[in-house]
Amino acid sequence: MTRAGVPIAISGVTKRYNTARGGEVHALAEIDLAIAPGEFLSIVGPSGCGKSTLLMLIAGLIPASSGNIAVGGSRVKGAVGNVAVVFQRDVLLDWRTVLANVLLPVEIKKLDPATHRRKARELLRSVGLADFEDKYPAELSGGMRQRVAICRALVQDPGLLLMDEPFGALDALTREQMNLDLQRMWLRDRNTVLFITHSIEEAVLLSDRVVVMSSRPGRIADVVANDLPRPRGAHTRSEPRFVEHVERIRRHFLALGVLSET
Amino acid sequence: MTTLAAATPSPLAAWIARNGPVLAIFAVIFALWEAAVRALNVPDYILPSPSVIVAKIVVSWQLLLVNAFVTFEEILLGFALSVLVAIPLAVAVVYSRIFERAAFPFMVSLQTIPKVALAPILVMWLGYGIMPKVMVAFLISFFPIVINAVIGMRSAEKEMIYLVQSMGASELTTFLKIRLPKALPSIFGGLKVGMGQAVVGATVGEFIAAERGLGYLQLISQVRLDTPLLFAAVVVLSLLGVLLFNAVAVIERIALPWSRLATDVAE
Repeated sequence: MTRAGVPIAISGVTKRYNTARGGEVHALAEIDLAIAPGEFLSIVGPSGCGKSTLLMLIAGLIPASSGNIAVGGSRVKGAVGNVAVVFQRDVLLDWRTVLANVLLPVEIKKLDPATHRRKARELLRSVGLADFEDKYPAELSGGMRQRVAICRALVQDPGLLLMDEPFGALDALTREQMNLDLQRMWLRDRNTVLFITHSIEEAVLLSDRVVVMSSRPGRIADVVANDLPRPRGAHTRSEPRFVEHVERIRRHFLALGVLSET
Repeated sequence: MTTLAAATPSPLAAWIARNGPVLAIFAVIFALWEAAVRALNVPDYILPSPSVIVAKIVVSWQLLLVNAFVTFEEILLGFALSVLVAIPLAVAVVYSRIFERAAFPFMVSLQTIPKVALAPILVMWLGYGIMPKVMVAFLISFFPIVINAVIGMRSAEKEMIYLVQSMGASELTTFLKIRLPKALPSIFGGLKVGMGQAVVGATVGEFIAAERGLGYLQLISQVRLDTPLLFAAVVVLSLLGVLLFNAVAVIERIALPWSRLATDVAE
């Protein structure tokens, strides 16, 4: 089992879409970004800034218009083996039990069933779902469903975890708990995490660095390094440096016109 | 009330509790019908009472059964043909641009043709045997099945497809693990509608030209003014339809235990 996170190197990546009407949308302009192995990096930005597009490009689900992306040293062309994706919608398969959902990547990647079954059970236990492995997704709450989705991503021991607003649909309290759970799992596994969120506080709480993006076309406006000691929690939120980071990012949003105080 | 019986209801008690109201409505209707026919002295050839119809079924059970079997065969063959053609066609529509752009709109526009109107033509081409009825049943049950299958196979969320693609799933794996299971509730919806349509198709086919079958029996009864037998055929045909519909529903319940769960929670 490889526990080490993989590095990501993004250089000169652009993305243009053709719209149905024959127009062109410039989604990403010249992105350069290097993510260290085992780093937790968040991207915050207004809707339509291309942050989800960037995630899709790294996962190899859509091709870049130009530029180069390397994950773990090899250039991305199509889906990458060592990468797991978590979306805002949990996209659990209704027809599979919780355990069978977690084991989906094991089946598709043809990994060893016995060891991964054990690992899946361990993961479910670590997020408090040990008694739910035979339930169907329809029987779970939103927070529980997203926990299952995260277990499904982690069961494959990904060197890189791509998360696109994974907690965006959850209530505030569940969301805080999920942040702490994710931090705990990341501290244990130390895989590289690219985390997209709308919540500035969430980004600062979890990340080593926060990338702020501006929109149309999407570009990197700022990178905020954050070395607050871990594990972070409720106490972190009141620390002066935490507040400082949050303020700095918020000022970008005010400058971009995403937030307006008038 | 917290009696012991209420705490642990027997299957029979549960069944009565669920179906009791419907049974009561039927009982009231039949009782009123029976009473009205007797009180007003309505002759049997105009409106036979339920008891007369039941007596007719008991007396002519062999005749009804033989003809019911013919109709049953036509329905099943027509329905099976629909499934065999519709499901692969739905897969082709979902996966092929040509089928999506050309064949599917074409099929949808064909759906506006009243299939029943084609029955005389089919009889002309295929003769008096079982084939024209099978074909009418097929034509009429085909569309709901193919359309529901296409809708079902397209219903998988984009993220769900991305998810398995990120795991390196092939197109075939994506189909087998995502699109097909995701489509099954919708496919079964189409099968249930299609089964009901197949019953209509086979019966109408028999109305046009037949030498056997429940539809044929109805025509003969009508000519002979044997109204009780006419009603008896309607009863048997209804039972046949209900039986076939429920057969599909039972298979659905066994095959998709999660589906009812999902809708129950949604409701």
